[in-house]
Amino acid sequence: MARFDPYENNGGTCVAVAGADYCVVAADTRLSVGYSILSRDHSKIAQLADKCVLASSGFQGDIKALQKALTAKELIYEHNNNKKMSCPAMAQLLSNTLYYKRFFPYYAFNVLAGLDTQGKGCVFTYDAVGSYERTGYSAQGTGSALMMPVLDNQLKSPSPLLLPARDAVTPLSESDAVDLVKDVFASATERDIYTGDRLEIVVINSSGTHRECIELRKD
Amino acid sequence: MDGLSKTIGGGGPSVPAGSHPAGGSQAAAGGGATQRTQYPYVTGTSVIALKYKDGVIMACDTGASYGSTLRYKSVERIKAVGKHSIIGASGEYSDFQEILRYLDELTLSDHMWDDGNSLGPKEIHSYLTRVMYNRRNKFDPLWNSLVLGGVKKGPKGDEKYLGMVNMIGTHFEENHVATGFGNHLAIPILRAEWREDMTFEEAVKLVEKCLLVLLYRDRSSINKFQIAKITTEGSTIYPPYSLKTYWGFTHFENPAQGAVGSW
Repeated sequence: MARFDPYENNGGTCVAVAGADYCVVAADTRLSVGYSILSRDHSKIAQLADKCVLASSGFQGDIKALQKALTAKELIYEHNNNKKMSCPAMAQLLSNTLYYKRFFPYYAFNVLAGLDTQGKGCVFTYDAVGSYERTGYSAQGTGSALMMPVLDNQLKSPSPLLLPARDAVTPLSESDAVDLVKDVFASATERDIYTGDRLEIVVINSSGTHRECIELRKD
Repeated sequence: MDGLSKTIGGGGPSVPAGSHPAGGSQAAAGGGATQRTQYPYVTGTSVIALKYKDGVIMACDTGASYGSTLRYKSVERIKAVGKHSIIGASGEYSDFQEILRYLDELTLSDHMWDDGNSLGPKEIHSYLTRVMYNRRNKFDPLWNSLVLGGVKKGPKGDEKYLGMVNMIGTHFEENHVATGFGNHLAIPILRAEWREDMTFEEAVKLVEKCLLVLLYRDRSSINKFQIAKITTEGSTIYPPYSLKTYWGFTHFENPAQGAVGSW
């Protein structure tokens, strides 16, 4: 007899690219389980603060619980400190929140992105139990293995071993970064059955956050 | 996934070796071990629902199976919740009855505020998602897929709502949903033929087309169906009725025809 399994992988891919004064965050809107598609229009992106958005793939139930916990904690922070939480602060909070459930983890693969306190683009990439790293770009989720090598090839991040440490932000312009993100999603959609339907792109810059949607293959 | 859940399962409820899990949930064993619902007993099959011009229509059959035995033939798996919603359930029937008790308590305490406000379908659905997710976190799931439909007046006029939750708390909103076998057999039909501005008559026709396919191909479905609708006027759950079937198709009578095989 099949035992109760508290997890399910609802698929999806999340990407973020940071530039000198902007950040692009994108995720597809397909929600699947096994070979079935549950929804073609389910957002995986959550705005957590003014200049901080979270894109997550994995188990939808855990992702929603995680988003609710972070939104609530951000609100408490706002009331205590009379300011919105910065993106690097949210990054540490997310790590702690994930590790808090180390032995019954949130099955969520996150990319947190936005602008740091200097207004520079930042991307934080995680595993399910809270290990994280600040990078210039990242891909997470079912299509990450298809996208990450392309991003590596196109964005050529400096080695983290170099001293003094180099800036991880990409040299691309904002519109070039958006075009690159559209291309990697169109490509991953060809081969990853869990990625597709629609692409939601959020661009964060000094003028605020802007949302854009484009269609992807629906098969 | 599998590796992860096995590790976690190891820390979960321990069943004494050789003992058969007791029928009820939460039956405390002598050793202090608690037996949680490990698998469903009496189950209902697919529920399908879709939005139409005036609201939401929902349908399912009235059967409930004990394993592969058709144990109950006349159970209501669609119920009204508060003033603006209807709920449909597939999966463990006793868990659904418990959920209905939770919802009764919720709508009663909401009514007792006597402030003229009432919970809409969005709020009921949100509540259900939390109940389902919290129970899965306790490794004591409510073994159901739930469909919640409703209409409520909002700032932008009448707002239709249709959402789904499963036993581990995955939830979403859609224009048309189907649980279980319906997800495989009814959704493709709904995707091809559903329109936002369908009349009730058109919606009934589409729903019946889906139910008929399910009746032919889902062995645990029965030919006794209930349709329910929810509009701004309130909910209506229609009495059960049967659909006309035709079993004379050549491929039903001789399914092997044209299929070349060695036996």
